[in-house]
Amino acid sequence: MTLAPLTRTRRVIVCCGSGGVGKTTTAAVLAMEGARQGRRAVVVTIDPAKRLADALGLESLADTPTRIDGDWSGELWALMLDTKSTFDALVVKYAPSNDQAQGILRNRFYRNISGALSGTQEYMAMEKLYELHEEGGFELVVVDTPPTRNALDFIDAPRRLTRFLDNRIFRWLMMPTRAYLKAVSVATRTLLRTISRVVGAEVVQDAVAFFQAFEGMEEGFRERADRVLHLLSDPATAFLLVTTPRADALEEGRFFAAKLEEAGIPVEALVVNRMHPRFARVAAGELRERASARAGTELGGLYENLADFTQLAEVEEANVAELSERVRPAPLVRVPFLPSDVHDLEGLAELGKYLFDSDGEPAVLPGA
Amino acid sequence: MLGTGRALIDGLRDGKEQVDPARFCSQSRLVIVAGKGGVGKTTVTAALAVMAAKAGLRTLIVEVEGKTGLGAAFGQGELSYDEVAVAEGVRARTITSDQALLEYLDDHGMRRLSKRLTNTGFLDVVATAAPGIKDILVLGKVKQLEKAGNADLIVLDAPAAGHAVTFLMSARGLLDAVRVGPVRAQAEDVQELLTDPARCQVVLVTLPEETPVNEAVETAARLRDRVGVHLGPVIVNGLYPPVAGLDAPPELLADVPPEDAEALRAAAHFRRSRYELQQEQLRRLADGLDLPQLHLPFLFSPELGPPEIDLLAAALTDAIGALEIAA
Repeated sequence: MTLAPLTRTRRVIVCCGSGGVGKTTTAAVLAMEGARQGRRAVVVTIDPAKRLADALGLESLADTPTRIDGDWSGELWALMLDTKSTFDALVVKYAPSNDQAQGILRNRFYRNISGALSGTQEYMAMEKLYELHEEGGFELVVVDTPPTRNALDFIDAPRRLTRFLDNRIFRWLMMPTRAYLKAVSVATRTLLRTISRVVGAEVVQDAVAFFQAFEGMEEGFRERADRVLHLLSDPATAFLLVTTPRADALEEGRFFAAKLEEAGIPVEALVVNRMHPRFARVAAGELRERASARAGTELGGLYENLADFTQLAEVEEANVAELSERVRPAPLVRVPFLPSDVHDLEGLAELGKYLFDSDGEPAVLPGA
Repeated sequence: MLGTGRALIDGLRDGKEQVDPARFCSQSRLVIVAGKGGVGKTTVTAALAVMAAKAGLRTLIVEVEGKTGLGAAFGQGELSYDEVAVAEGVRARTITSDQALLEYLDDHGMRRLSKRLTNTGFLDVVATAAPGIKDILVLGKVKQLEKAGNADLIVLDAPAAGHAVTFLMSARGLLDAVRVGPVRAQAEDVQELLTDPARCQVVLVTLPEETPVNEAVETAARLRDRVGVHLGPVIVNGLYPPVAGLDAPPELLADVPPEDAEALRAAAHFRRSRYELQQEQLRRLADGLDLPQLHLPFLFSPELGPPEIDLLAAALTDAIGALEIAA
């Protein structure tokens, strides 16, 4: 099984999965393959491990892609998402005037939205993807999704933020400034008083000032969010599910698969990292019996060890098969448990062998 | 900074050169278990609670994120806001920010508002106005439970690392942002709890692998510097336990059928090399983090239920008993 057709034909690849399963590395390998195939490819990462970031030339947050040199005919670029500057750029783009933009950027409530509102990072990852795709001249954009518990936040995020900006509370907060609504402002005042009592008046003033400054910009944001969503459901976009064979990661994987299905988005490939190798074709139960027959001896210990790993491989294989069945006909790619983490371009290339040359069979070591 | 972990062990001398699990667990009423996703944080939370219960402490597990699988580890369904018994001497519950807000409003005579506020996304707006407020609602409730003392030990399964730091920093952050009112008072109380080693300690969980080790070292530094919380021992999960025969001479396999011999050799080689890699990571962790380490075995069994939790609790008891006592 190989992922080469994906990197050759798609314009956008989104890698999703729970935290710690190797999404960033997988995304980087895919973009590298795109470059090898002669395309102009960029990988957008969210929170790469430091040594991988160094290998990709991502020493600090930069809102613009950095080019990585290597022996490929295309181009490989990388970018580490900076949520805040991506959001700032959007505000500047949609504000009717520079003054209004600056007013928003200075507001403390806005700074909190761009830094801490849940879903903002997801939204900005998708926004950056859209921008690179539409305006960056890239033939392949590979994006790593934030390790969020709320698995599909990145699909929902653009809508969620626009809903938030449209919030009824927001309307209420606006009311005191509109003379014609004085009649209903008793309820509003009560609410504001309550909020002020709980969190302090300055906090409320900041929020009111933000919503006032933002007025009139919601429409632009909503349209943009719709276009981003449209790109995500475009046939040129592929969603790839990354997991490990651990029970909890697979559980999240099933959840993702179900959510994507609900959204009408197919999973185009399943990548399972860190699979344990299988050393024997004999079943674990049989090996366990051979171990018991030699219990207490060194040979018994070796059989026990073989039985342990064989059982592990059996369980992993069965669990992975179940998830694979669920996302059919998406190809399944198994990547074995590697001796060390990937933190240089050679390591990425090594990993690429499994994603692009693998035969899709469970790993069986020679002689087994 | 060598003292942090050592000092903790120092206080545990029990007349003999051994650390007693009951006293280990009674050092602070709140233990916060933190670590990045996939390191087995939830499993360790469950094992710690069972270990404490076996040492005679009435223990309460608090889960702050949904679907952690804690309920399943005890052979039960998802947890809820109401406490349930999950094992002998162990109860468990969730505390989410929405639940804590409703209770807070009820307690402060604002019940009438509560439904309207939670239905209209009020919390989202307020949480954006004052980030950390959701976390402080949760931690405020934890503090209330800690003060009420209806459990000898509360084990809190913290959000995944990265977010764990934000979560625990919420009090300090709010103290800067909010100058008056009940939220400030709440934040002050929470900060006091978090920074008092006699009341609270954080136990980091990691794996003997490169990235998790790096992250544990970074998280520890941030928790110390930014939150000022006391760090207990670091728990390293997933170490291959010793097995007989791994280092046996090749002649051992002389009489074994060739097919078996090859597989036995390959599996033994794999375990040995993995074991070496793990040992190297343990050394890196020791170099980067001056905390005692408690090691938990890798479990080959496919299930994670009460028997496995008991097994890990026993391993934890042994590991604590084997901690070296600072001279």
